[in-house]
Amino acid sequence: MVMLSRKWLKLLLGALGFYAGAASADYSLLNMTQGVTETSRAVYDLHMIIFWVCVVIGIVVFGAMIYSIINHRKSKGFKAAQFHESTTMEIVWTVIPIVILVSMAIPATKVLLAMEDTSDADMTIKVTGIQWKWKYDYIDGEAEGVSFVSSLHPDHNEARLLGVDADLERFEDTYLLEVDNPLVVPTGQKIRFLLTAADVIHAWWVPELGWKKDAIPGFINEGWTYIEEPGVYRGQCAELCGKDHGFMPIVVVAKSPSDYKAWVAEQKGAAALADASAGREWTKDELMVKGEAVYKTNCAACHLPNGAGVPPAFPALAGSPIAIGDAAAHIDMVMNGKSGTAMAAYKGILNDVDMAAVITYERNAWGNSASVVQPAEIKAKR
Amino acid sequence: MSTATATHDGDHHDHGPAKGLMRWITTTNHKDIGTLYLLFALIMFFIGGAMALVIRAELFQPGMQVVDPQFFNSMTTVHALLMIFGAVMPAFTGLANWLIPMQIGAPDMALPRMNNFSFWILPFAFTLLLSTFFMSGGGPAGGWTLYPPLSLQMGDGFPFMIFAIHLAGISSIMGSINVIVTILNMRAPGMTLMKMPLFVWTWLITAYLLIATMPVLAGAVTMLLTDKFAGTSFFSAAGGGDPVMYQHIFWFFGHPEVYILILPAFGIISAIVPTFARKPLFGYSSMVYATASIAFLSFIVWAHHMFTVGMPVVGELFFMYATMMIAVPTGVKIFNWVSTMWKGSMTFETPMLFAIGFIMMFTIGGFSGLMLAIAPADFQYHDTYFVVAHFHYVLVTGAVYSIMAAAYFWLPKWTGNMYDEKLGRIHFWISTISVNVLFFPQHFLGLAGMPRRIPDYAVQFADWNMISSIGGFVFGLSQLMFVWIIFKTIRGGEKATDEVWEGAKGLEWTLSSPPPYHSFNVAPEVK
Ligand code: HEC
Ligand SMILES: [Cu+2]
Repeated sequence: MVMLSRKWLKLLLGALGFYAGAASADYSLLNMTQGVTETSRAVYDLHMIIFWVCVVIGIVVFGAMIYSIINHRKSKGFKAAQFHESTTMEIVWTVIPIVILVSMAIPATKVLLAMEDTSDADMTIKVTGIQWKWKYDYIDGEAEGVSFVSSLHPDHNEARLLGVDADLERFEDTYLLEVDNPLVVPTGQKIRFLLTAADVIHAWWVPELGWKKDAIPGFINEGWTYIEEPGVYRGQCAELCGKDHGFMPIVVVAKSPSDYKAWVAEQKGAAALADASAGREWTKDELMVKGEAVYKTNCAACHLPNGAGVPPAFPALAGSPIAIGDAAAHIDMVMNGKSGTAMAAYKGILNDVDMAAVITYERNAWGNSASVVQPAEIKAKR
Repeated sequence: MSTATATHDGDHHDHGPAKGLMRWITTTNHKDIGTLYLLFALIMFFIGGAMALVIRAELFQPGMQVVDPQFFNSMTTVHALLMIFGAVMPAFTGLANWLIPMQIGAPDMALPRMNNFSFWILPFAFTLLLSTFFMSGGGPAGGWTLYPPLSLQMGDGFPFMIFAIHLAGISSIMGSINVIVTILNMRAPGMTLMKMPLFVWTWLITAYLLIATMPVLAGAVTMLLTDKFAGTSFFSAAGGGDPVMYQHIFWFFGHPEVYILILPAFGIISAIVPTFARKPLFGYSSMVYATASIAFLSFIVWAHHMFTVGMPVVGELFFMYATMMIAVPTGVKIFNWVSTMWKGSMTFETPMLFAIGFIMMFTIGGFSGLMLAIAPADFQYHDTYFVVAHFHYVLVTGAVYSIMAAAYFWLPKWTGNMYDEKLGRIHFWISTISVNVLFFPQHFLGLAGMPRRIPDYAVQFADWNMISSIGGFVFGLSQLMFVWIIFKTIRGGEKATDEVWEGAKGLEWTLSSPPPYHSFNVAPEVK
């Protein structure tokens, strides 16, 4: 009750304009970004040309209308002319727009052809949309083999779950546009993206790169970019993809070639460490600690942090027959998912250690008590 | 100009309607059915509008305050389904029922029993759709386009939603058959096709579009149903299908559908502007040809809704060029209306205000449509608030404005009473100011990078969202005025003459106000 009334009070104050004034809110956000690539600038130019074309036509048409509304009124004693039907006029106002459209189509075609030309890329990154996170695999180039999942930053996730009590000011203009693991790319290289999805259709969009493209399960789409300046560029999923569609941001960090090299080395070191650890026997405690972290970023959106789920859409895992039953069935469910439901196949998303840890965690958290699953068991099932 | 009484002097006895509730349930009268359709549309407009207000309340400020994300998604989804299939389409069908027989000099629609049936399906269809909110898993939340695989994740309500869509589709097809048969067979002697009022013309073409596309939608949603329950994989890559194929099929229906929602509006505006300009429509035949070309083009532009799905570049070019072409016949219409106003002797009663509002704001929606047609730019615009602004300019200040214009224009004819002109004008001005406060800032939001269909957003989008929400609430509440004005007019008011408007031309104005229960028992002669 207290919660509820405070909620409405805040909304009311907001309505009166007392509470709203977010420091970084901005009336000056009016137009498309010019972005940071040649492509995005070309798109911006097209946008501005067609915009001004519309403005000019608008001035002519609305001008004529307004002039007529002001002058040709009965109250001013204006007598109606009775002219109608003029083939000449009809031809004129058919031909002029056609000419304008053709002159628009030419530059648009040029830009489109360039945008769709993904040949001669320096490196390739595979982007997989998953409800509600992104997975990035570096297919070739220096970082070949690097792979990670990128989801909404935990602080932001917490804030959005808090409702009216959230303090959003502290995020400045990155609220909901921050991730745990950003996509890191080098400047000065043509990067090809291969886009796909694991469950439903998503769309990968960073406005400053100038395009978005759908990530479709079972199909691979292509896109490319060439970033000139180091920087942090933010975007989000643009295709409705279920409950947390609005909480699926994208952060691209463009680094200079030398910084990028350092980042790659760091990633490879971490991966080697993880590889080595996948072979050894893990203790239950280690698995539980790791498992909780993996669970929070990958599974809690549907099954909830306390394992209670949101039945019937998302089953509870606390006390679930699968989570406390035979380990093989549990492993199968998480690795292969269940087609036709929101439960995705995680075998391409989680590595052996993470997979073993999250399954062990589910089997032993929230009052569940069942066997421990070792990374080696997962490896054997791949 | 013969008066209505003259037509009824013959040996044909004019019986009035049956009494009580049964009148409405069993009626086969085009006016009663028209009224039922319009009333139903109004109710759906308010339910759908309430959902829009839930959306705008959640988006009033950044952060999650009012609803949870899943419910938010079902609001956007069902708002669209109700407004398109429950409000705008039935409203146009209601207008068709009321007006087509009166405008072509017929006593009633050609297939009166089917007419009754096609209306009475609708309340069941939409009750079914809304009942899914109370089923496990909640209402549809995958967007009104029902793209798989997401739409297949819906809970128990899924088959009910599909069935509701089938019912609404059957209703539309029956309504369309009736319109076509009536227009082609029941015109008064002398009324050749090229003498028909434009509302009749645009509805004839709309009816063909409906018959051509509704079965396509029915097929698409049936495939969804079998994918979910019968183990087929039409739209699942894992079984050899393709989720993008659904989008192609859907938009092959969906693009003509958007013209279904606007062509009758063109007919309405083409009746109102000449009346209040006291001057004939500038180019009648070019309006007919423009309507037909728009209808034809509407079948070959569907994939402009799908520029980002990864089509071959040749496909993208084709759909970009074809879409840009639509600007030509649409432009012809606008230029014709403006030329009709030019050197007229204009007055600005409420229907004319709404018609002028329509022309201006529909044109703004047309401009953003032209921008969206440019495929490379669409890669930025697609799925953002820019698109939301675009289709609300064409659907709210387009289709809905035309329906309101029509209501004010013909209400005195239907009821025999004049509406309250002062209230009508106030309704127009409040609506027009608030609707622009509501939708214009959404252009900015979209260009600045705010995706559509999100319940929460980065704080830099806060200001324009708040403005938009305020506009939304004012616009929504001001529609209560519309209901009040209609109610008042039905109850009484200054008596309308048969002609109602000084410049009114057409057969419906030769009938009495209100018109007899059967419109023309003796066919009038059209010269
Ligand atoms: C997008 C939502 C979503 C996410 C994220 C998700 N799941 Fe699921 N999960 C489901 C759904 C839906 C089902 C029910 C499938 C069915 O109908 O059998 C399910 C079922 C399960 C089950 C079987 C439960 C039972 O009793 O039937 C397990 C175990 C499970 N998920 C584990 C996980 C793990 C581990 C993760 C994280 C790595 C995860 N899920 C992430 C949606 C999700
Ligand atoms: Cu997504």
